[in-house]
Amino acid sequence: MTDVDPRQPYADAFAQSEGDAPGADLPWLRDLRGRAMARFQERGFPTLKDEEWKYTNVAAITRTSFRRPVGARNGVSSGDLERAAFHGFKGIQLVFMNGQYTPRLSEVRTLPEGMEVRSLAEVLQDEPGAVEPHLGRYASFDRQPFAALNTALWEEGAFVRIPAGLEVPQPIHLLFVTIAGGEPTIAHLRNLIVMERGAQATIVESYVGWGDGAYFTNVVSEAVVGENARLDHYKLQRESEQAFHVGALQIHQERSSVVSDNSIAFGGGLVRNDVNAWFNAEGGELALDGLYVLGGRQHVDNHTRIDHAKPHCTSLELYKGILDGHARAIFYGNVTVHKDAQKTNAMQTNKNLLLSKDALVDSIPGLQILANDVKCRHGSTIGHMDEEAVFYLRSRGIDERAARSLLTYGFASEVVNKVRVLPLRAALGAWLVSRLPGAEVIREAL
Amino acid sequence: MAAMLEIQNLHASVGDKPILKGIDLTANAGEVHAIMGPNGSGKSTLANVLAGRPNYVVTGGTVRYDGRDLLTMKPEDRAREGVFLAFQYPVEIPGVNNAYFLKSALNAIRRHHGEPELDAIEFLQLIDDKLKALGLDESFTKRGLNEGFSGGEKKRNEIFQLLTIQPRLAILDETDSGLDIDALRIVAGGVNSLRGPDRAILLVTHYQRILNYIKPDFVHVLVDGRLVESGGEELAHELEKTGYARFEPPVANVP
Repeated sequence: MTDVDPRQPYADAFAQSEGDAPGADLPWLRDLRGRAMARFQERGFPTLKDEEWKYTNVAAITRTSFRRPVGARNGVSSGDLERAAFHGFKGIQLVFMNGQYTPRLSEVRTLPEGMEVRSLAEVLQDEPGAVEPHLGRYASFDRQPFAALNTALWEEGAFVRIPAGLEVPQPIHLLFVTIAGGEPTIAHLRNLIVMERGAQATIVESYVGWGDGAYFTNVVSEAVVGENARLDHYKLQRESEQAFHVGALQIHQERSSVVSDNSIAFGGGLVRNDVNAWFNAEGGELALDGLYVLGGRQHVDNHTRIDHAKPHCTSLELYKGILDGHARAIFYGNVTVHKDAQKTNAMQTNKNLLLSKDALVDSIPGLQILANDVKCRHGSTIGHMDEEAVFYLRSRGIDERAARSLLTYGFASEVVNKVRVLPLRAALGAWLVSRLPGAEVIREAL
Repeated sequence: MAAMLEIQNLHASVGDKPILKGIDLTANAGEVHAIMGPNGSGKSTLANVLAGRPNYVVTGGTVRYDGRDLLTMKPEDRAREGVFLAFQYPVEIPGVNNAYFLKSALNAIRRHHGEPELDAIEFLQLIDDKLKALGLDESFTKRGLNEGFSGGEKKRNEIFQLLTIQPRLAILDETDSGLDIDALRIVAGGVNSLRGPDRAILLVTHYQRILNYIKPDFVHVLVDGRLVESGGEELAHELEKTGYARFEPPVANVP
């Protein structure tokens, strides 16, 4: 019996792509990709022995042989995309089908001077100088094998730049659709968001899977938020239940910048989602929220890490999970307050609602405090439905099924209500309700 | 015509502990019955058994409501048939809107009776004067169900629901506890407005105080799971003077 080294197919893919990968002619990028692949080959895939991966077994990924997708399907219409987007959405939309930018389905009107919402591969062709100062500077791949793979092999993604002082009123939607079927496919997606000084924007990343069959989305997004800038970022993960999804968002905050990220996971079979933030200067504010609603045998592992590297920054974090069936979730949170980061204010909360006896959650919040004048709290709960509350609703004439659904919705609404893009909030509410029994009663009660 | 509520030899346990040890009580439409008793006598258990709380186990006896077996009905079916329990400790349910929830409850009851559902405008018209009568401003309808309400607000919200739903059998579980005198007057006014020939009210209370505002037709004294005495309003005044001591079981002699 011969065991193929799981790293080998990736080394082969790297060797093949080196000549025609985006930016292959740029020495700095060749060097970055080369270092990332070398690091991946050295490090290998994570195992359960790695502290950061001890609850998530990636053997199903390493054992699967993935092909590059055949590319965008021409048969997809903008009507089909309605399913993937959300009703009433009016904004800028970049669409990527099976990992390829699809201008035909995208909606990019004339943008203000200096603002860019484009394919990252295209930007590398005609304006590499806009990318070089940022790409790979924030998302470290040293200890993150999937980020290393992504950095070495990425082929497409979005580039968003909001110039200094510009406030963009309409949201920007980055939509990644995978149409599965046939042999398992893989897409390494890379997004770069550059918010210059004083800029303001709302960016929604959506990941959607259609069809039956396994596929693997490996995405890294970097967001650099300049002085006094504001970014509201959302990630909607609605991959198919056969999908593997490994995603990382690295946020880099300059002085007095304000960032919110709301990470919503409904889909995916095996999912790892990392959100990391680094306060690089004083006065930054960060709100990290998350919601995972899982059933069947879904496995979703959320890792967050917030580095308070500078004083006078605030981070508020709330992740909530609802698990049914045999679903499995992990919340692993780390807030590190560096030695000189006095007057840090950090709160980290994880709450979980178990709807079945076979669902399982590991919640590991954590604070590491090296400064002495800080205000930090953390907490986590894992519980079943409050039967007292169920009885209360039933005693008013609501049937038991609808009562349980209402309470489930109520649990999630704390996160849903933080969504400031109203069509998105409505869509989230509708998706959530559609997953719960007794929908007609719930709709009336919300 | 049969009594609205007919309780016969009712026994009930919570966990392994017998709480109700043979209750007999009949209430007709149009009547207000006060059930008084010391702490731990089983008053709240009786109220909750009638509303169908799941982990309160009936171990004997019968309860008939309009001639039907109440005990085999699900809590939601009891509610739809006109039974309402005002909770001693109303539950906070964040994320579920106070007013929309009540509208969906009311419409569930209306559907059950084959009546047309109320739309948002009709519902708002319906609740407008009830809010005013209870001294509740409009912001009250916009909050989560009991979310962050003070104790007094929660009790008033129970009465607000009661007045909106207009049940036939209203069971009030210590609605007076924790209310200051002004709030008590408002709550009692709400309950009194519900009195009528088609309705019965069961008023469970530890104190005689609320009976100054809601005049009962009958007063029953519940001690150690049994009704030990029944009478008119004057019994409540008597209890106010003497307390419950004379009904307490004698303390066993210590050898």
